[in-house]
Amino acid sequence: MNKNLPLYEIFIRSKNGLHHKHVGSLHASDAQNAIMNARDVYTRRQEGISIWVIESKDITASNPEDSDAFYAPAEDKVYRHPTFYDLPDEVKHM
Amino acid sequence: MANKDLLNYTLQLADDVMILGHRLSEWTGHGPVLEQDIALSNIALDLIGKARNLYQYAARQEGNGKTEDDYPYKRDVLAWTNVLLVEQQNGDFGQTIVRQFLFDCYHYYHLEALSKSNDEQMAFIGAKSLKEARYHLQYSSEWMLRLGDGTEESHSRMQKAVDDKIHYFEELFIPTELEARLIKEGIAPDLSIIREKAFAKMNAVIQESTLVLPEKIYTQQGGRDGKHTEHFGFILTELQFMQKTYPDMVW
Repeated sequence: MNKNLPLYEIFIRSKNGLHHKHVGSLHASDAQNAIMNARDVYTRRQEGISIWVIESKDITASNPEDSDAFYAPAEDKVYRHPTFYDLPDEVKHM
Repeated sequence: MANKDLLNYTLQLADDVMILGHRLSEWTGHGPVLEQDIALSNIALDLIGKARNLYQYAARQEGNGKTEDDYPYKRDVLAWTNVLLVEQQNGDFGQTIVRQFLFDCYHYYHLEALSKSNDEQMAFIGAKSLKEARYHLQYSSEWMLRLGDGTEESHSRMQKAVDDKIHYFEELFIPTELEARLIKEGIAPDLSIIREKAFAKMNAVIQESTLVLPEKIYTQQGGRDGKHTEHFGFILTELQFMQKTYPDMVW
């Protein structure tokens, strides 16, 4: 049965004000069914108050082979981090 | 006499959900897919939770050191007053869904009305379980649609399940003598109103699922009088195994 059912990625918002976080994936016959399944599989211990689902095949991911080209060049560009500023004491939460 | 009525009514409501919960728990570890294994187990827990609330209430009414465990573990077949529908075998997933769907059609509207009972504790239990039952009805209705209006194979299995199970539906709406007395007192909900709502829901979903009801329905009843189907003894054998083997065991 599950061989025919498409895979969905599940995102759950744990409380208002927070963003949806990826929690895992599951098989379902359609999006509505995926939400029901996600409710049963991922929210039985009060993990969330909102569910998003998206079919896995609709996600476009970066290619691991591109890792060097994509991410390595940022390694030696420390000046992109705002670490050279003196923060006034009055500024909190930075 | 009113007290005795309330006690027996409490047990009647408890037995329905205890046995259906037990039946669903048989799916745990055997579900067709992980997602449905968990879903059915969740529903089983909801139902057994409601049964516990009711058995606890029964024990308080009866006093004499009775506990919630005495009812499910220490009564024999004839003392159980659940309807026949809930003791029917799981069969395939479709059979389980149809059994669940029929019960949910009754259960949801029954709880809706029970939450307005004149009996405070009944109203409390009704309101608490109502949210759960709403999800159960949504869950089983969605599966009715998907499997009924699914593939040729799923459709024919669902049609067979409807043909098998529909004969057990009506029993849910036949008031027992004590229930009729409690309906007059405003403690038990009026089953004729619930029947109307439940049948409307049932017919709508069956139709949308491209399924049909058999031309003739032969209502099966007897559970409320303790007359059960052949499956029931097997359920109790498993459910009560520990108590029968090691009476009054604790762990």
